[in-house]
Amino acid sequence: MSNTMKTIAIASAMTAALAAHTAPAAAETKEKCYGVSLAGANDCKAGAGTTCAGSSTVDYQGNAWTLVDQGTCSEIDLPAMADGTERNGSLEPLERDLPA
Amino acid sequence: MSVCQTSFHDALFDRTTAVPPGLCDGVGQPAGRRFNVYRNNVAVSLTEALEHGFPAVRSLIGDENFKKVSGLFLLQTPPSIPVMMLYGQEFPGFLETFPPLSHIGYLGDIARLEQAQREAYHAADSGSVAAETLARLSPDALAHTRFRLAAATRLIRSCWPIYDIWRFATMNGAPKPAALAQDVLITRPEYDPALHVLPQGGAAFVAALLAGNTLAEACDAGASDAEAFDLSAMLSLLLQGGAITAVETED
Repeated sequence: MSNTMKTIAIASAMTAALAAHTAPAAAETKEKCYGVSLAGANDCKAGAGTTCAGSSTVDYQGNAWTLVDQGTCSEIDLPAMADGTERNGSLEPLERDLPA
Repeated sequence: MSVCQTSFHDALFDRTTAVPPGLCDGVGQPAGRRFNVYRNNVAVSLTEALEHGFPAVRSLIGDENFKKVSGLFLLQTPPSIPVMMLYGQEFPGFLETFPPLSHIGYLGDIARLEQAQREAYHAADSGSVAAETLARLSPDALAHTRFRLAAATRLIRSCWPIYDIWRFATMNGAPKPAALAQDVLITRPEYDPALHVLPQGGAAFVAALLAGNTLAEACDAGASDAEAFDLSAMLSLLLQGGAITAVETED
């Protein structure tokens, strides 16, 4: 293949790839949601395989978080607390449901 | 490190040393039993780190075997840095040269695939290049462009069906591995590594890009590796994986 033809082939391959590539709607589509993880199932800032992932000890622990689809954090349905107070997820660490 | 720390550290990983010289328990006796507890805790925590890092290898050889192999590995190759998240870099090579497991030819490559995923997971974040930047390049400039790839990008080439085996070992109900060679590209579009089985010539293309070659050179590498090399498909894969972070043009 001549150099010109190769150059054109590369350019058209790029055009096709760019056309097929739909830009992601938002750069960040996940967010940390506090107070919704079940005991032992929280995510960790330092990532899987480190010691804090899975370290929460009570269900819905207020200072443990799970990555959820962005915008869904406060919509996650949680059982009410023992005294009947409603539970909601939060983008900030919570004071409720902390381990004793 | 002081002599004291070095002898303490060496004794942790040398089972023939009963106790580091001068280490005493509460009543002034050599702290043999207490030191053994500490030594065992170190071994257990390193084994757990390996279990977290290599779930597919563990499932392939079974719990018991994995514990034994990692017990031997950690004595021979204790961590070189205090950060645990990447511990096990030498594990794939160790598995390959460990005689009792040498009949499982693909084990080393599976471990390599798992280690690469962990590295990708912990690699620095990087934004991907704007589509307009690529679209604006003239055909000539594009051919001579060098792509800078995301820090999370990993390429694992193998003569085994490593993706199929990894999936079979880690996911319930995954189909049985087919008898073919698979090269895997790991990208990290967001927080989690994504695995892609590469089409023919794809690995040669990505390897050339990773080595800093121009797009035209990498394209040649792909095409000479396999006649069926599909440049457009490879570019799509890199774009979708957010793997291209910047372009360097020669002007």
